[in-house]
Amino acid sequence: MSEFEPKIVGFFCNWCTFTAADLAGTSRLSYPHNIKIIRMMCSGMVDPKYVIKAFLNGADGVLIGGCWPGDCHYINGNLKARRRVAMLTEILKEYGIDEKRFWLRWIAASEGTMLREVVSEMTAKLKALGPSPLNREAPGKEKK
Amino acid sequence: MANFIKLSFKKGELNQKLADIFKGMMEKGVVNALLAPMKQPKRGVMLTLVTDPFHLEAIDPFAPVAPVNGAKVVSSITAKPSGRKMAAVLRSCEIRALVELCKLKQANLEDVLLIGIDCLGRYENLDFVKLQAAGETSESFIVKALAGNTENSGCDVSGACKICEFPVADNVDLRLCIIGTGTDALYIESLTPKGDQALETVGLKTGDTPGGREAAVQQLVKKRKEACDAAFAQYRASTHSIDALEDKLANCINCYNCRVACPVCYCKECVFVTDTFRHNGDQYMGWADTFGTLKMPTDTIFYHLTRMSHMSLFCVGCGQCTSACPNSIDLMPIFRTAAQKTQERFNYQAGRSHDEKQPLTVFENDELVEVTGQVK
Repeated sequence: MSEFEPKIVGFFCNWCTFTAADLAGTSRLSYPHNIKIIRMMCSGMVDPKYVIKAFLNGADGVLIGGCWPGDCHYINGNLKARRRVAMLTEILKEYGIDEKRFWLRWIAASEGTMLREVVSEMTAKLKALGPSPLNREAPGKEKK
Repeated sequence: MANFIKLSFKKGELNQKLADIFKGMMEKGVVNALLAPMKQPKRGVMLTLVTDPFHLEAIDPFAPVAPVNGAKVVSSITAKPSGRKMAAVLRSCEIRALVELCKLKQANLEDVLLIGIDCLGRYENLDFVKLQAAGETSESFIVKALAGNTENSGCDVSGACKICEFPVADNVDLRLCIIGTGTDALYIESLTPKGDQALETVGLKTGDTPGGREAAVQQLVKKRKEACDAAFAQYRASTHSIDALEDKLANCINCYNCRVACPVCYCKECVFVTDTFRHNGDQYMGWADTFGTLKMPTDTIFYHLTRMSHMSLFCVGCGQCTSACPNSIDLMPIFRTAAQKTQERFNYQAGRSHDEKQPLTVFENDELVEVTGQVK
């Protein structure tokens, strides 16, 4: 059986975290391929539905990347995102989706190294945590 | 401050006594209309908007039934104001939902004299009709329920009511009190200047105090809280995973009745009935291909979790979702347990106060640092 490779869905803000991912790329910093990045115009645009859908479809983790407080291109979208994440975490926890699987991180456009660190750290932690209870493709799980 | 009027009544007179007071209010121009539970010509009791005092004798404010949550009714009457004054007689769950709808600007209480009743629970609609046909009255229910017995001919009040910690309505102008007042008297309590003025205009003077009320209310609240804690613990023990939630919702047919009945599901158009969720045939085929099967209709758990993320901060625990389910899914504990967690997270309580901002409408620079764990 091959080693478990967690699947992480990343919702990255166009102005900071996505640019940081770009910077990481142009700086030739490699980070785990476990993350599949979706570019959003703002972390405040990440509808709770997107996160729920990702988990229901078997994502082992969801990472939302936004600008540091005070730096939002739209003034305060990231602060709204933070409240939404707090709310949604409570609901997901009730149904066995651990908060260790659902991260919000501030990563500025210049922080390509930090992006690499965050993605590596999340991948490592999810590997240790094991597959999400909703991941039907993970090794050792039967298709149903 | 205690501000009560005692209203003694003989057996069978309660509704008449209340009708007389509302008649006075309408005739003296305190209000132009009354919204209250009223016996219907065929059967049952429904909220009814009365503008002619002649019809008031059919009102039945304490009928143990709530076919719809009245917050939605008040919303439809007041969201675009009529300019006429209305008194509305509602129970606690309806008033708490109404407070949330006001914050969402979907209701307006400017022209409303809000009257709350002490609520001892409601029966499911069809059970109530059956009991009504068997000759049960609101008064006979009150007497039994105050003695702690709500079961009648195999019917009992809804599960939501049994674990409701709010038998008494807050944020009202007037309160019709029956808990701890003796079975032959009702007390009208005034809580606002608007309430004081309404009573004064119809010639009622405050000054009485129902001695045993406070203790009786506290005792009932304590009993309900204990029942609530036990029910939540039992629910959580059996439903701690998405798999278990799927089991609970196995009979869901995506009819969305729970959100139609929900007083605080506030979207004008639910995303689950928009084009976002009308897919092409090849999409369904593609999804089915992934695992070989695809349950239809799709997105059932997705819908319920999304609904939680929308309404749990405002959930008042009225239980209309459970009552509305055509497949007898007990939805109330599903939404109430989620609501408990989300509301606790923001130290918010749906319907507690008009002044508390809804948690997702405000935000601070320096808060919830634990979410990201990052400090610059």
